Amino acid sequence: MFENAHPIVKTSNGRTLRSEEMIINMGPQHPSTHGVLRLELVVDGEIVVDVIPHIGYLHRCFEKHCEAMTNYQQVIPYCDRLDYTAAMNMEYGYVLGVEKLLGIHVPERVEYIRVIMLELQRIASHLIALGTYGLDIGAFTPFLFMFRDRERILDLFETTCGARLLYNYIWIGGVSHDLPPGFIDKAKAFCKYFRPNIKEFNDLLTYNDIFIKRTANVGILPADVAIAYGCSGPMLRGSGVNWDLRRDDPYSVYNKFQWEVQIGKGEVGTVGDCWDRYIVRMREMEQSINIIEQALAQIPDGDVQSAIPKRIRPNAGDLYVRTESARGEIGFYIISDGTASPYRVKGRSPAFVNLSVLPEISRGYMIADIIAITGSTDIVLGEVDR
Amino acid sequence: MGLLDKEFNNSNVVITSLDNLLNWARLSSLWGMQFGLACCAIEMMATGASHYDLDRFGIFFRATPRQSDVMIVAGTVTLKMASRIKRLYDQMSEPRYVISMGSCSNCGGPYWEHGYHVLKGVDRVIPVDVYVPGCPPRPEALIEGLMKLQEKIRQQSLVKKTA
Amino acid sequence: MTPQQISEKLKSQFSDNILDVKIDGVLDPFVKIAASHIKEVAIFLREDADLQFDYLMCLSGVDYGKNVLGVVYHLASMQHRHKITVKVEIPADNPEVPSVSSIWPTANWHEREAYDMIGIKFIGHPDLRRMLLPEDWDGHPLRKDYKVPEFYQGMKVPY
Repeated sequence: MFENAHPIVKTSNGRTLRSEEMIINMGPQHPSTHGVLRLELVVDGEIVVDVIPHIGYLHRCFEKHCEAMTNYQQVIPYCDRLDYTAAMNMEYGYVLGVEKLLGIHVPERVEYIRVIMLELQRIASHLIALGTYGLDIGAFTPFLFMFRDRERILDLFETTCGARLLYNYIWIGGVSHDLPPGFIDKAKAFCKYFRPNIKEFNDLLTYNDIFIKRTANVGILPADVAIAYGCSGPMLRGSGVNWDLRRDDPYSVYNKFQWEVQIGKGEVGTVGDCWDRYIVRMREMEQSINIIEQALAQIPDGDVQSAIPKRIRPNAGDLYVRTESARGEIGFYIISDGTASPYRVKGRSPAFVNLSVLPEISRGYMIADIIAITGSTDIVLGEVDR
Repeated sequence: MGLLDKEFNNSNVVITSLDNLLNWARLSSLWGMQFGLACCAIEMMATGASHYDLDRFGIFFRATPRQSDVMIVAGTVTLKMASRIKRLYDQMSEPRYVISMGSCSNCGGPYWEHGYHVLKGVDRVIPVDVYVPGCPPRPEALIEGLMKLQEKIRQQSLVKKTA
Repeated sequence: MTPQQISEKLKSQFSDNILDVKIDGVLDPFVKIAASHIKEVAIFLREDADLQFDYLMCLSGVDYGKNVLGVVYHLASMQHRHKITVKVEIPADNPEVPSVSSIWPTANWHEREAYDMIGIKFIGHPDLRRMLLPEDWDGHPLRKDYKVPEFYQGMKVPY
């Protein structure tokens, strides 16, 4: 008679709930999931016992499009839309792979232009990440200040290639447009304007007592767990691991610049907590300004379209190439079968791998801390779902 | 109904019709639902930020569908997400409007030909009032889309049946 | 260690399970292993003091056509700064590979995605469900002979 009095409730991955536990759905539409991410929280009162992420709500069939396009160049706008906050990093990863398969070398001016654009993208992406992180925690003003500075960077991109967010700028063998006259002066003026603003952001948010209470000692990621799970970028460096692909597996002309790799040291809490990941991103913006200023001083002259091949038909073979984007290691595994269109392109996105460590670092915290932890992993669903 | 400050020259009484009053109230404070799916969401956030401010038009983003008037579908709609969009649209209370922002929610966008998991246009699941083209649309284009929605609201009437 | 030395060490340990080695003439030197022994090779690659491959960069499923599927593992070592690629091939009508998610936890989600897109079953995986596509989707889209369905839950899929 009382068989249905205690129903058996199971989560999506088969775990049976105890009677004091409850499933709360942080659904695909939520103000602080940074996109369409669904988190299934198993909670015991206010304490979170398990987190099960569900992705795929933005799966846009990137890999099928790569196989269906008629040539390698047509894939580049789809790469843009993977990580739309730092789109040129995605384009560059793919183009580097195809250039290595073809065996072509680009002129030095092209390398310098690419580095300047990539570092500007990194700053723009970190501004979005930090601004929305403050918004999640409850601070509205840093979001507005960071977007004001981001508009200046987008102005620079718009004068170069006409687009604000998704560019199709980095082509195989070169770039689509040369730097317009006056770009170098405007970029130098931007660097001079932006450096004191980092101090302003630190005053507003970073050393604020409430922010430290919400993010220090929360979501601690130990270094060996981070390496085992394949984390990269600020997620890995925030746990104290000194690893940056621009220095350790170098590509382009990064070996010509002086900058420091920022790692988390547990200044206000423990090594590997959310505050460490935040401060790594904040300090990386300053290092990016250093790189941009050095590149602007050293940039040579040349023709940016001289190495673009007429026919892009690599020999049969496969290659995995990885670069350091704003979120971590973006890798492209390209298989070519000797025809004009790719046989298989697999995008290994940093946010996909960083998100897989979320269940490990969220156990035992409260529901409000889950917001802080998810914001500090800095995911972009476009590249998680591809 | 024109600008209010011109009406108060001789007395402090304004005469208008109920339709005009209701429409003016609705279009001046369109509260949008935060529904950014993909790249267009970043442009929507940039439109709401300080450079291309939306708060001066009375538009303010709310997190829940129960308290919002307009749903700006910004980004690609996938088949997995489509049932959730329908549910969120049903949860909004009338009068409700939908703006489809960007190519992907207008017609499937760059994924129209080979996207097996992309819904080719959000108007296959919910009715859309204004389409804003672009990939992604500039903030000025989104503001123009909102202006067009305001024009549409200005034409509405209590006695005429809506679709 | 150079790719030549890594492949020599693997050959000395697993001589009969190594199907192919290619070092020169390719951009990414690789070692092809028999699918049933991938787990022992993976444990050796991670635990051996000279190799120490503790970072799985990428795990991809591939449809090679002609009824052959494959899995490609890209490994790196953070201590020794070297890289190697390991490939396995399996028939398309019975695609089963032992899972390496207990050795590199990165592989957990990558294997779920390979199962979702190509249909390769990983034996011993703790939670092999579809990841990117909905639970009730039919078919594996990245296979070369995949046909797009006409309707899904009442919505028309093609343009």
